[in-house]
Amino acid sequence: MSFLTILYAFLLYLSAGVLVIGLALKIRQYAVTPAPLKIPTTPAPLTPAGAAMRVAREVVFFESLFKSNKWIWLFGALFHAALALVLLRHLRYFVEPVWGWVVLIQPFGVYAGFAMVIGLAGLWARRLLVERIRYITGISDHLMILLLLTLASSGLLMKYVARTDIVAVKAFILGLIYFDWRPLPADPVLLIHLLAVALLMAVFPFSKLLHVPGVFFSPTRNQADDAREKRHLAKWAAPLDSQRDA
Amino acid sequence: MPKATFQTPELGEFVDIPDIQEGATAKLKPLPASPDHQKALGFPGELVDDWEQKAVAKLGELLGKYRSLAVYLDACVKCGACTDKCHYFLGTGDPKNMPVARQDLLRQVYRKYFTVAGKIVPGLVGAKSMTKEVLDDWYIYFHQCSQCRRCSVFCPYGIDTAEISMAAREIMDHIGMGQKYCNEIIGKVHKIGNNLGLPGPALLDTLEGLEEDVEEETGVSVKFPVDVKGAEILLVTPSADFFAEPHVDGLIGYAKVFHQAGVSWTVSSYASEAANFSMFIGSYDQMFKAANRIRKAALDLGVKRLVFGECGHAWRVAYSFLNTLAGPWDFLDPKYPAPQHICEFTNDLIERGGLSLDASANDDMTLTIHDSCNIARASRMGSRPGGQFHIPRAVLKASANRFVEMNPDTTHEKTFCCGGGGGILTDDMLELRVKGAMPRMQALNQVMKKDGVTHMVALCAICKSQFSKVMPFYGIGMDAVVSLHQLVGNAIKLGTKE
Repeated sequence: MSFLTILYAFLLYLSAGVLVIGLALKIRQYAVTPAPLKIPTTPAPLTPAGAAMRVAREVVFFESLFKSNKWIWLFGALFHAALALVLLRHLRYFVEPVWGWVVLIQPFGVYAGFAMVIGLAGLWARRLLVERIRYITGISDHLMILLLLTLASSGLLMKYVARTDIVAVKAFILGLIYFDWRPLPADPVLLIHLLAVALLMAVFPFSKLLHVPGVFFSPTRNQADDAREKRHLAKWAAPLDSQRDA
Repeated sequence: MPKATFQTPELGEFVDIPDIQEGATAKLKPLPASPDHQKALGFPGELVDDWEQKAVAKLGELLGKYRSLAVYLDACVKCGACTDKCHYFLGTGDPKNMPVARQDLLRQVYRKYFTVAGKIVPGLVGAKSMTKEVLDDWYIYFHQCSQCRRCSVFCPYGIDTAEISMAAREIMDHIGMGQKYCNEIIGKVHKIGNNLGLPGPALLDTLEGLEEDVEEETGVSVKFPVDVKGAEILLVTPSADFFAEPHVDGLIGYAKVFHQAGVSWTVSSYASEAANFSMFIGSYDQMFKAANRIRKAALDLGVKRLVFGECGHAWRVAYSFLNTLAGPWDFLDPKYPAPQHICEFTNDLIERGGLSLDASANDDMTLTIHDSCNIARASRMGSRPGGQFHIPRAVLKASANRFVEMNPDTTHEKTFCCGGGGGILTDDMLELRVKGAMPRMQALNQVMKKDGVTHMVALCAICKSQFSKVMPFYGIGMDAVVSLHQLVGNAIKLGTKE
């Protein structure tokens, strides 16, 4: 087993561990922190099921962003939809035999790689060209786009320019999953690609990527508008509550 | 036009997104609370020793108490969707009035003390230590947020800058950096029962005067009862309704509606205030205390229903929080929502044919309506989502013939704040109030020119006071803002039920 294989196996285990544990801790924090008052942005659905649908529309269609800014919506939606497709396409490296529907989406997944790059380029251009957005952009915002662009372009490079031994890569990945380690091809583009994956997983729970769990926990979106019907008392407010006039 | 030491924005064909002008409003900061105002609320009188640590500790405490704060400080991706949505940014160009930049003032400190990235690579993620410079920025820019929630409507994660600015003000209060206007007023509510500090006898006197005025004008004895035990309805209304123009015309309207409905009602001299400024400073404790006064008044007077007058944030606290803060209201008549908005009451009556309205009484006005931010985006009326828009319009249209909507990008949930909400309706913030009113003034000016609109209806005490004050800066008369129930009061045919 080469040093490179061991290094990458270690890196990927570590970053996946950071991702899972870090995200689990964040989700637990969001879940146990009370929302002491009803604050849905109204007009809001009247039932919890309606509120769940509202969150689903935010997650799938970026409904509020669409109301807000068509350019950001366009590039943002393009990037996220493409990313979803690309991730699904990558399932073929994780399961054997490959599921039928994963085979079906392969050709679309390749185009999605380009769409991802276009979406990211559009979002980056806004950061550089629009004065207001330049003002609110920090170094980490540039680095995040750079990381995602590196990920996407290295993937496309492997598909069209510097092809790698994809069978060996799959064996390596399955080996990681089943603790039956196999050698990783030492192609530079592949190594960059996997390094970007590891980095992305590792920074996930510590960066703005927390918008992924965050969107599900946003009280202005996930609360039903039923404040007059139901009390919504937080545990920490109980001592005050007992001081109410009877 | 009043003399001003600043430039009133020009009203153009559209609201242009301004170029960034750093520090444009850095000088606009509200007067600080005096030690007495602070101590009356249990806050330290002046900036405490170790305020840096205490501010950070308070932030930590709030992160554990408010999910909104915890999620919103993490979730922002700096997409920029909110950057052109705040009326204060549109009116001033100060980049720290962009919602995301305002949030970042708190977020930078959060990152420094509560996140791994902020501790390891502060420069990359914009993490900053709690310094005097940061605190000064907080005091300035968290008092340039009217907590109107317009940014929250447009945020893909629903991040609500109001939640952030409330948290920041709560922290500042606890280290001795309170704001005079809010804290002085909250003290008056706890001590006397209303924002104006109007004692019971003066209230009684004022309402007796109103009774006489109305009888003189209409020949009908419309009552304005105070502290009447066993009345069916307790009316809780902003205390500005007892005095200010055009607020008081709204109060006369409510009284006429109750008179025609044939229900007994009363105001309470103990809980003579619907407003709850404690929301503005993010204090659950203070908000509870003011809400509990209403509970106590309702219990003491033995009323069966609770009705709120025209006020924006008061209705938010009433509709969204009152049940949680001071409920359950199970001692009230379960046939009616508790609390109920005066517009719901009037609209029900209109729908049941219980009011005779002569809309031509308001034919001297062509009207438009300003949706108050807290009613539009933080509450509801009626049984369906959006009732907070439809019901006031239904009441308006039943009471007046000439009605025109403003640009739909400035109404309903996209409404612009009047510029005076969130605890900055004070003369020391006049420049910000005038500039922040620009987007609303632009839309109003447009329908005035195009459709001959003469008056704008508001159903919020703060909106009414703010517009009366700032409209003259834009060449619009201060009397161009009217109460919704003023129109009802004008149109109502007293004593001719049938």
